[in-house]
Amino acid sequence: MSARDPLLQVRGLTHRYGRQVGCRDVSFDLHPGEVLGIVGESGSGKTTLLKCVSGQMQPSEGEVAYRTRDIGTVDVYGMTEARRRMLMRTDWGIVYQNARDGLRMKVSAGANVGERLMAIGERNYGHIRNEAVDWLERVEMDIGRIDDLPGTFSGGMQQRLQIARNLVTKPRLVFMDEPTSGLDVSVQARLLDLIRGLVGSLGIACVVVTHDLGVVRLLSHRLMVMKGGRVVEQGLTDQVLDDPQHPYTQLLVSSILPV
Amino acid sequence: MSTVIPHPTASTATEATQARIEGYNFAYLDEQTKRMIRRAILKAVAVPGYQVPFGSREMPLPYGWGTGGIQVTAAVIGPDDTLKVIDQGADDTTNAVNIRRFFAKTAGVATTDRTVDASIIQTRHRIPETPLTEDQILVYQVPIPEPLRQLEPRESETRKMHALEEYGVMHVSLYEDIAKFGRITRSYNYPVRVNGRYVMAPSPIPKFDNPKMDRMPALQLFGAGREKRIYAVPPYTEVKSLDFEDHPFEVETWEENCALCGAGDSYLDEVIVDDQGTKMYVCSDSDYCRERREAGHVGDGGPNSGGPQ
Repeated sequence: MSARDPLLQVRGLTHRYGRQVGCRDVSFDLHPGEVLGIVGESGSGKTTLLKCVSGQMQPSEGEVAYRTRDIGTVDVYGMTEARRRMLMRTDWGIVYQNARDGLRMKVSAGANVGERLMAIGERNYGHIRNEAVDWLERVEMDIGRIDDLPGTFSGGMQQRLQIARNLVTKPRLVFMDEPTSGLDVSVQARLLDLIRGLVGSLGIACVVVTHDLGVVRLLSHRLMVMKGGRVVEQGLTDQVLDDPQHPYTQLLVSSILPV
Repeated sequence: MSTVIPHPTASTATEATQARIEGYNFAYLDEQTKRMIRRAILKAVAVPGYQVPFGSREMPLPYGWGTGGIQVTAAVIGPDDTLKVIDQGADDTTNAVNIRRFFAKTAGVATTDRTVDASIIQTRHRIPETPLTEDQILVYQVPIPEPLRQLEPRESETRKMHALEEYGVMHVSLYEDIAKFGRITRSYNYPVRVNGRYVMAPSPIPKFDNPKMDRMPALQLFGAGREKRIYAVPPYTEVKSLDFEDHPFEVETWEENCALCGAGDSYLDEVIVDDQGTKMYVCSDSDYCRERREAGHVGDGGPNSGGPQ
């Protein structure tokens, strides 16, 4: 095992919903600091794949292995649930499309950021508070709103808060499900800028699921294109977007509306 | 099918007591139900703070009036027991009077107002001021047994959180208090950690009473009838109130003393005595207050009296 080994290894992952197939035989490696984009149309199995690899839903077949900080590479679904949940709230982060899924709406922004710290045993209010202030600054939020409820924030701010809440334990791997959809373009642009900056400076590996090719162009190093539950094309982002080989990818790239 | 073995308590009770009414089994519940509840209690004592599900029965009073506490009391009471029932610390409130009368009628047991004379004390909202002993059992009536309920509505999820000791959200609620008000404002049902493991709701007792639960010599049993849960704190078990290092747990204090008995160390109720907003403070524990007055302690008598009454 070395620092060059993949952080996440996915092998032959298949998930079925009864007779319906969510995703079929997907395999990939993710290295530390790498950003992998997954694109495809609605119903192509992107979110199913993300749920399976991020420990939220056990796949019907296949393996997800993660290289931990302390005990080497482990099977995500082979470990105890206690350990998996611990992993998910310390070494991983999950940013949801809908901020309401990822935030505690009934407690303040500061408590949202501090929750992970309290979950791993931080019991000093002053420390938690300072850490929350620090992270709200890093995601460019107004410190004066630290005690406001997330429900009073705009969509873009809720996404920023979600990011701060996830990054507070310094995770090595973050999953993002459509992090910018539903936001208007100028807010999108600033959020993407922020994510790119944070991911770059902290060396976080990312899996970003989106239907927006602009997002992957900006964020991801590598790209997987999905259709009907299968990966139809994968490669370096620029390569796939500028020289698409598969007919579906060609269709996808040519469907971008010119401004 | 197995034959039902008559429970010794039932037969001796019938002989020992004449006063109780006909047509009911000893202490109202049938023996099979009592056995089921006792099994739940044994499990609860074995795993301090863990909420044991039990088949709560329909009782002859509405949910929220102490159905859980009554079932626990009925399962542990014997003909030689002396029962005390308090509600908000007082023996003479509707709830307390009726539950006491209920057991006097259905079990024919002796009842008392005096904490020291009681072998079983059923309570709602308070722990008696007089320290309890190893020979006593304290039975709490619990409305919401799940301390995480306000933060996590899913029962499946709260069970998982207990199983995996994921108690971070409990501190999130305390954090919210400090962020909003500068201190922890939760003043009753203040969450505790039992024996370093389970986080437990101490039922709506004031946080003033939380320190009394810690290493208490008496057995503490908690019954929630509507929610169908029993949990327990065995004698001499550590019960620690949750807090932050820089915002430690504190109990309420009063500037006044009890107007009747002058006590400065008991939980005081504020009583409005006229329509001008004049008020006096008296002990919420009526037995403690009476004992002190009988021993010669006198308060300042409150604003209107001009002397003790």
